[in-house]
Amino acid sequence: MNEFLGFLLSGVTVGFIYALVGIGFTVIYNSSGIINFSQGEFVMAGGMSTVFLLKAGLPLGVSFILAIMITSMIGIVLYKLISFSKESSQISLIILTLGFAIFLRGLAEVVFDKELHTMPSFVGDSSFDMFGTTLTYQSILIMIVSIVIVTLLYFFFKKTKTGQAMMAASINVDAARLMGINIKKILMINFALSAAIAAIGGVLLTPITSTNYEVGIMLGLKGFAAAIIGGLSNPFGAVAGGLVLGILESLIAGYISSEYKDAVAFVALLAILFFMPGGIFGNTKAQRV
Amino acid sequence: MLKRYNINRDILTLSAILIIIPFFFQNDFYYEIAIVSLLNALICIGLNMLMGYAGQVSLGHGAFAGLGGYIAVILGSKYGITPLFSIFIAVVTMSLFAFIISKPILRLKGHYLAMATLGIGIIISIVLNVEDELTGGSDGMSVDSFTIFGYEFVDSLQWYMLCSFLLVFTIWMFSNLIDSPFGRVLRSIEGSEKAANSVGINVSHYKSIVFVISVVIATIAGSLYAFFSGFISPSEASFSHSIELVVMVVLGGLGRIYGAIIGAVILTILPQLLTSFEDYQTLIYGSIIIFVMIFMPKGIASVYEDVKGRLFASNK
Repeated sequence: MNEFLGFLLSGVTVGFIYALVGIGFTVIYNSSGIINFSQGEFVMAGGMSTVFLLKAGLPLGVSFILAIMITSMIGIVLYKLISFSKESSQISLIILTLGFAIFLRGLAEVVFDKELHTMPSFVGDSSFDMFGTTLTYQSILIMIVSIVIVTLLYFFFKKTKTGQAMMAASINVDAARLMGINIKKILMINFALSAAIAAIGGVLLTPITSTNYEVGIMLGLKGFAAAIIGGLSNPFGAVAGGLVLGILESLIAGYISSEYKDAVAFVALLAILFFMPGGIFGNTKAQRV
Repeated sequence: MLKRYNINRDILTLSAILIIIPFFFQNDFYYEIAIVSLLNALICIGLNMLMGYAGQVSLGHGAFAGLGGYIAVILGSKYGITPLFSIFIAVVTMSLFAFIISKPILRLKGHYLAMATLGIGIIISIVLNVEDELTGGSDGMSVDSFTIFGYEFVDSLQWYMLCSFLLVFTIWMFSNLIDSPFGRVLRSIEGSEKAANSVGINVSHYKSIVFVISVVIATIAGSLYAFFSGFISPSEASFSHSIELVVMVVLGGLGRIYGAIIGAVILTILPQLLTSFEDYQTLIYGSIIIFVMIFMPKGIASVYEDVKGRLFASNK
C-alpha cells in the first residue's frame, strides 16, 4: 500500500510537468490551429538557461525569472517567424515549428553544451515521511506551483479582458476580429504564455531529473499526448491528461516494466484516439466524417 | 506508343539524369549517398501521395519503414527465408497493419492520422529498442547480403541501378494512378471532402487505400536500405527519421511528384555537407528548414515552377 502511494505521488509530480507542457500545446492550438512541436524545447530552454545563469553566479530567484523571460522571448520569436511566413498552410507552419525545435536544440548545443546538468532544489534536497512514504520538498513545490499556475490561468481566461479576448479568439477568430480584438497581439501573448509555462515546468523538473539539450524531445511528445488525452482544445483537459499520464506511467514502471515506461503515454494516446477521439471530456470538435 | 503508356517527358528526363549521374561519382561514398537519396525519395513519393493528395500527414513513416525492414531482416536471419520473399511477407504484414490502424482514425476530421501515427511510430521504436533478443536492441543487427533468384548484389552500381529502376517505376505507376479514375477521386477529396462525399465517394475508404500504399512503399524502401547497408538499428525507426521524411516532402513541395525527390535528395545530402560545421550542424539544419518554410512555404519545386511559368509567359 505504501509502495503504491509512493508510485502515485511520484506519478502526480511528473504528471504536473506533463500538464504544464500540455497546457502550452492547447493555448497555441486554440488560437492558431498550429501544433507547436517546439513546446518541449521551451521546457529545455527554461531548465538550461536557469542552470547556466546560476553557474554565472546569479541568485536562484533572479535566474529563475530571467530564464522564464528568455523563454517567453523565444516564444515571441517563433510567433514572429510564423507571422512572417508567406502562406499560412497549416502543414508548412507545423514544419516551421519542427524546424524551430531543431534550431533551438542546435542553439543549446552551441550556447550551452551537450552535458547533463542539474541544479540544487529551491527548497533543499530534504524529504519527509507522509502516509508511510517519502516525499521530497521539491515534488511538493512542483505540485503547489502547478496548481497555482492552473488556478491563475483559470481566472485569467475567465475574469481578465485579455483572457476573455483570448477565449473569444479561440472560438471564432473572424468574429473576434470583428469585435475589435487585436488577433495579432492575442497570438503573440499566447506564444509567450505557453513558452513561459513550459519554462516554469523545465525549471521545476531540473532538480529531479536533470537536463540537457535533448531533454525537450520526449517531454514535448508526452505533453502533446497529455493535451490530446484532455481533448487538445481545453487547457484544463491537458492538466487532467497530464496527471493521468504521469500516474499511469509511474504505476506501470513500478509494477510491470520500467523499460516500457516511455511507451505508456503513446499507448494511452492511441486508446483515446481510437475510442474517445474528443478526449476524456468528450469534446465535440472531433466529428466523424 | 510512349503516350499510350503514359511515359512523359518528365519520366524520360529523370531516367536520363539517373543514367548520367554515376559518371560523376568519384568513389563508393557518392554511390552510398545516391542510393540513400533514392530510397528516401521512394518513401517520399508515397508519403507525398498521402499528404499532398489525401491531405493526411503521417508522423510515423520512418517507423513503418524501419519496422518493415526489421521484419524482412528477421525473417531472413532467423528462418532462412530468401530476401525477396521476406520483403514480400513484410509488405503483406505491414499493409494489413496499416489498413487496421487507418480504419478508425481516418473517419475523423483533422490531423488525427498525424497524432495516431506519431504514437504508433514511437511505440514501434521503443519496442525495437527493448526487445533485444529479437532485434539486437539499440546496437542493431547485421544483415545478410541481398539476392534476387540467387543473383547476389555486392556492387554499389548494382544497388544504384536497382534503386533507380524502382524509383522510375514507382513514379510511372504513380503518374498513371493520378490520371486514373482513382486519382481523380483523390483530387476531388483534396479539393473538397464534403463535395466528394456528396457525390457518393467513400472518403475514408480512399484515404485508407492511399495510406496503405504509402506504407507498402516505405516497407520496401526500408527493407532495401537494411539489405544495402548490411545493418539495421532502431534509429531507422526513430521519430526523428519520420520527421525528416515529412520535412523532405514539404520542403520539396506538397502534391508535386518531383518535389518529393528534390526534397529527399537535398535533405539526404545536406547533413553530409554540414558535417564540416561540426557543432553548428544542427543549428544550421534547423535554420534552413525555417528559412524554406518562411520564404517558400509551398516547397522548392514551386519556386522552380514559378520561374518556369514566368519564362514561358514572357515567350507567349
